[in-house]
Amino acid sequence: MLNKKECVAMLLAGGQGSRLYALTNKIAKPAVPFGAKYRIIDFPLSNCINSNIDTVGVLTQYQPLVLNDYIGNGQPWDLDRAFGGVHILPPYQGKLKTDWYRGTANAIYQNVDFIKRYNPEYVIILSGDHIYKMDYGKMLAFHREKKADITIAVIDVPIKEASRFGIMNTKADHEIYEFEEKPKKPKSTNASMGIYIFSSEELYKYLEEDDQDATSSNDFGKNIIPKMLADGKKLYAYPFSGYWKDVGTIDSLWEANMDLLGQEPLFETFDPDWKIYSRNDPFPPQFIASGAFVKNSLITVGCHIEGRVVNSLLSNNVKVGKGALVEDSVIFSNTVIEEGASVRYSIIDEDVIIRKNSIVGTTEPTSDKITVVSSQVTIGEGAHVMPGSILEKDFEG
Amino acid sequence: MATLGLIFSNIHDKEIFEVTQNRTIASAPIGGRYRLIDFTLSNMVNNNITNIGVVTKYNYQSLMDHIGSGKEWDLARKNGGLVILPPYGVSSDLYNSRLEALKSILSFIRYAKAEYVVLADCYQVCNIDFKPIFKQHFETKADITCVYRETDINIDDYSPVVMMEVDENKTVVKMDIQKSFVGHANVSTDTWIIKKDLLQSLVTQAIERNQHSFNRDILKENLGNLKICGYRFDGYFGNISSLQSYYKVNMDLLNNCIRNELFYQPGRAIYTRVRDSAPTKYGDYANIKDSLIADGCIIDGTVENSVLFRGVRISQGAVVKNSILMQNTIISEGISVNRVITDKFVSITHTKSIAGKNGELIYIKKDGVL
Repeated sequence: MLNKKECVAMLLAGGQGSRLYALTNKIAKPAVPFGAKYRIIDFPLSNCINSNIDTVGVLTQYQPLVLNDYIGNGQPWDLDRAFGGVHILPPYQGKLKTDWYRGTANAIYQNVDFIKRYNPEYVIILSGDHIYKMDYGKMLAFHREKKADITIAVIDVPIKEASRFGIMNTKADHEIYEFEEKPKKPKSTNASMGIYIFSSEELYKYLEEDDQDATSSNDFGKNIIPKMLADGKKLYAYPFSGYWKDVGTIDSLWEANMDLLGQEPLFETFDPDWKIYSRNDPFPPQFIASGAFVKNSLITVGCHIEGRVVNSLLSNNVKVGKGALVEDSVIFSNTVIEEGASVRYSIIDEDVIIRKNSIVGTTEPTSDKITVVSSQVTIGEGAHVMPGSILEKDFEG
Repeated sequence: MATLGLIFSNIHDKEIFEVTQNRTIASAPIGGRYRLIDFTLSNMVNNNITNIGVVTKYNYQSLMDHIGSGKEWDLARKNGGLVILPPYGVSSDLYNSRLEALKSILSFIRYAKAEYVVLADCYQVCNIDFKPIFKQHFETKADITCVYRETDINIDDYSPVVMMEVDENKTVVKMDIQKSFVGHANVSTDTWIIKKDLLQSLVTQAIERNQHSFNRDILKENLGNLKICGYRFDGYFGNISSLQSYYKVNMDLLNNCIRNELFYQPGRAIYTRVRDSAPTKYGDYANIKDSLIADGCIIDGTVENSVLFRGVRISQGAVVKNSILMQNTIISEGISVNRVITDKFVSITHTKSIAGKNGELIYIKKDGVL
C-alpha cells in the first residue's frame, strides 16, 4: 500500500443553506434528499470515487448529525479504506485556539494536518451543494499539463445570468488573467463552479498567509484567488460542459429534481459508467396497486402507490392513498399522503402526514410558486395549504 | 447467550428445478430484490445471532457473490460474523445429507464460541422471531426444539416429508418420515435449536455408527432418549421446492398483509445486498397494476400482477401479466408475456407473444434471446 495519495479531496459541507428554509432546519444542506433516493452529497462523493479519488475530508459545521450518520464509515461509496477513505472533519478544540470554521479557506486551513497525512501532490476543493457528474481525473490531467498552481473549473453560463457568478476571464490557452466576483458587466461567461485543484505546496503557503492576514474574510473566492492572481501565479480555468446545477434555493432544488424526469432527462441517473452511490435502507421493492396511475415519475423502494403520481419524485416508503394526487412534486422519505389529498408543485419533507382530502399547493395545472412542508408536520383533514407557503408546524386549515 | 447459526444453502439439491439449475436454492432471486438466503440470514441477525456458517456444496458462486463479506447483514465482524463453508477434506465424495454436511464442519462447530446452535434451511420465505422459540425451549427444558407448521403437503414439496405429532406439552411424540406424501400434517421447517455440545456428540455418535440421516437417525431414533419439542410457527411461510411454488411465493408477495408481515416487523427488517440502482423511472405510457417493482427499472408499458427485479426494461406498448422478470430482462415494444418467468439478462425482442397456457408456466433461462 502506498504511503501517499496523489490527490486528496476536501468537501465543504458545513453550510446551512439558509435559502432552503424549512428543509434545512435540522440538517445541513448537503444532507438534503434529492432525486428520489439520493442526498445532495452523494453527487460529489460519487464523483470522487468514480474519479479514483479515495481520500475525502468532509468539513462539517452546521447541524452535522444527519450528515455524520449518513456518511458513516463511507462504505456505500466504497470509501471505507485502510489508508484514506472518507473522514468527517468538524471544527475542534486546539491547544492555542479554538474556533468555528470562519470561511472556506479557514475551514481547509484548520485541517491542513489532515491533508498532510497523505502527502498529496494535489488537493481538490469541492462544495456539497451542486448536482453534477464530473470526472475530476480529467481536470487533474489538465492541471498537470498546464503546470498550474491552481485550476478552477468553469462552466459556460448565459450572459444574462453571468453577473450572479464569479467570472474568470481567460486567454486562449485558458490561463486566467482576471477574476471578477459577480460583475455588473461581465466580460465573459466562464462562471466558477467552486471546484479548485491546488498544487498542495501553493495551497499550504496561501492558507498560511491568509491566516496571518487579519483583514481577510478567509474565503477562496474573495481572498485566496485574487491574491494568487496578484502574485502572478499560474491560474487556469478548466472548461466543464455538462449538467451542473446549484441547488441552494427552493426553486432551484425543485427544478433540478424535475431535470431528472422525461424521456431524455437533462440529468441522467441511469448511467452504468457513472453510478451515483447512496446509503440504502432495507425496504422491499415499491408496490403499485390496482387503481394507481403513474406517469413520468421516479419512485424508489418501500413506496406504496394507490393514487395518481405524475411528474414527481418519491423517496423511500412514501404512501399515496386511493384517489390522492401527487403532481409536479418532490416527496421525501416516509411521508404519507392519504386518500383524496392533492399535492401539486410542492416539496414535502420526511415523515409528513397529509390527511384525507387536504390540498397542498396550487389547484391549477401550473404554478410558479413552490409549496414547502417541513419534516414531521401533519396537515389536517380537508385543510388547504396555500401555494408558495412554507409550512413548519402542524396545520389544521 | 451465544448462539451459532448454521445455514444449509442447498441441502435439497436432488430436487432442483429450473431456477436452481445453476445456483443454490439460497441464491434464488425472490420478491424483486432479494435472494432466498436473505430471509434466513436476516432472521438470525435480527435475533442477535451474529456468528453464522453457511454450508455449501456446489454451484455456490452466485451465493458467494451475493453474501460477500456479509457486511449488508452487519456480519463482517472480527468475532464471529459470516463464514462460508465449502466442501472440505481429502475424500473425493461430497457429502450427500445434512448429517454428512455437519460431519464435515464438526471442527468449525467445535471452535465456535457458542452455547447453542440454530440450524436452518434456505427454501423458505418467512420472518420468524426466534425469541419465543428459545423461550419455549427453556420452559420445556427441551434438548432439541424443532420448528414445525401445520400445512398441506403437495406432490412437488421436498421429500422426504418429515411429519411430527406434538402433544399438549409441546413434546414430539411421533415422527413420520415419508418419501412421498400428499395431505395435511404438522411438517418440520428444517429449523432446530440445540445445545452445541449435544449436537457435537450426536453427530459424532452417528458417524461412528455410519448413519446418514439427521431426521431419521438423530431425531426420530432419539425420540425416547432425548426431550425433543416442537414449536408451532403460524406466520406466513413461503415454501419453495418447484417452479410452481417459486411462482406462487413470488405472487404471494403482491399481497399487502403478507408483505407487511415479512418486511415491516419493527426491528426485524429483511436485509439484502445493495446494488446502487437508480430509482425506477415510469414513462408517459406506463400502466401498472398490483405489481412489485425493484429500483433501476425503466417502464413505459403495461405491467399487471407481476414481480420485476432491478434493471428491467419494459418498452411502450409491451404488456406483462402474471409474470416474474428477473434482473435486466428486456421486453421490447409491442411484445406481450403472460405467466412467464425470465431468468437474468433475458431479452424478448421479436417473439410477439409468450404465454403459459392452462396453468402452465414458461421459464426462460439466463441470457435467453427470444
